[in-house]
Amino acid sequence: MRGDLVLRVISKLFIPFMLLFALYVLFHGELGPGGGFQAGVIAAAAIMFYAIIFGLPAARRLAPDAVVEAMVAAGVLIFAGVGVAGLVLGGNYLDYFVLDRNPVRGQERGIFWVEVGVAVTVSGVMLKVFYMFAGRGRDPEDA
Amino acid sequence: MAVVVVAMVVRRNLFSVVVLAGIYSFLMASVLVALDAVDVAMTEASVGAGISTVLLLSALYLTKGEEAKPMRGPWIPLVVSIAVGGALVYGSLGLPAFSDPQAPIHTHVVPRYLQQSLKETGVPNVVTAVLASYRGYDTLGETTVVFTAGAGVIVLLRLRKRRAENKAAK
Repeated sequence: MRGDLVLRVISKLFIPFMLLFALYVLFHGELGPGGGFQAGVIAAAAIMFYAIIFGLPAARRLAPDAVVEAMVAAGVLIFAGVGVAGLVLGGNYLDYFVLDRNPVRGQERGIFWVEVGVAVTVSGVMLKVFYMFAGRGRDPEDA
Repeated sequence: MAVVVVAMVVRRNLFSVVVLAGIYSFLMASVLVALDAVDVAMTEASVGAGISTVLLLSALYLTKGEEAKPMRGPWIPLVVSIAVGGALVYGSLGLPAFSDPQAPIHTHVVPRYLQQSLKETGVPNVVTAVLASYRGYDTLGETTVVFTAGAGVIVLLRLRKRRAENKAAK
């Protein structure tokens, strides 16, 4: 599909907004619908869209395998790290009240970082699974 | 939705089945919007209709596009699915009526979540507050499940690649 001019132009127009929308869903998830999971899926979908139009190798240059695999683990670590931060600051595990002097601010901060962790892991896993599936049988060299 | 399901069962071409599954997911998402569950609707639309369709299509690329002829008659699966469906309907008869305010689920912790969550967490979206704060452990577990699934796919598919390489080397 690399040759189709319409698809190329439309996807170039759309992908920045898809990524922006993913960030919006992530950061705005506390106020409106959405949150980490949805944001991660939308970000992964934007990269998949790119891969479908411009080919898998181009997407792999954009989001290399090493980065995606690191994201898979980093998200869980961020989530668990928020819990450990609560322990270090003298609360219970995953207790956000201690993250700030004002307990409500601490809650907001904790929820935000937890959502970031979820988003990172989810988009990493979705992209990785897509890479593994789409790479199979096509070019065994970099599957 | 029922029409889409029947079409999915009848069609033998897997490509059209995948597309019908995407349509089903979008219909499901609209139903969830109608039920005011916008967060779930968003997940259904992006995961069910978007990503799983892409993954199924890329899996379809590796296999044949037509469903194989079933080996046995359709009677045993039909009886099993009717029995499970009947059991589920029977179980749902025992549930409280739809949107009954006196249902146990609405009298336990829900009032506290709805009334106090903004004060306690400073987050207006109750779904986010419950997921990330009140039920933080559950969400951590879910994230770990997603992580484990991804790690499992990586391990399984990479193992096959290594084996193929070893065979080629020998």
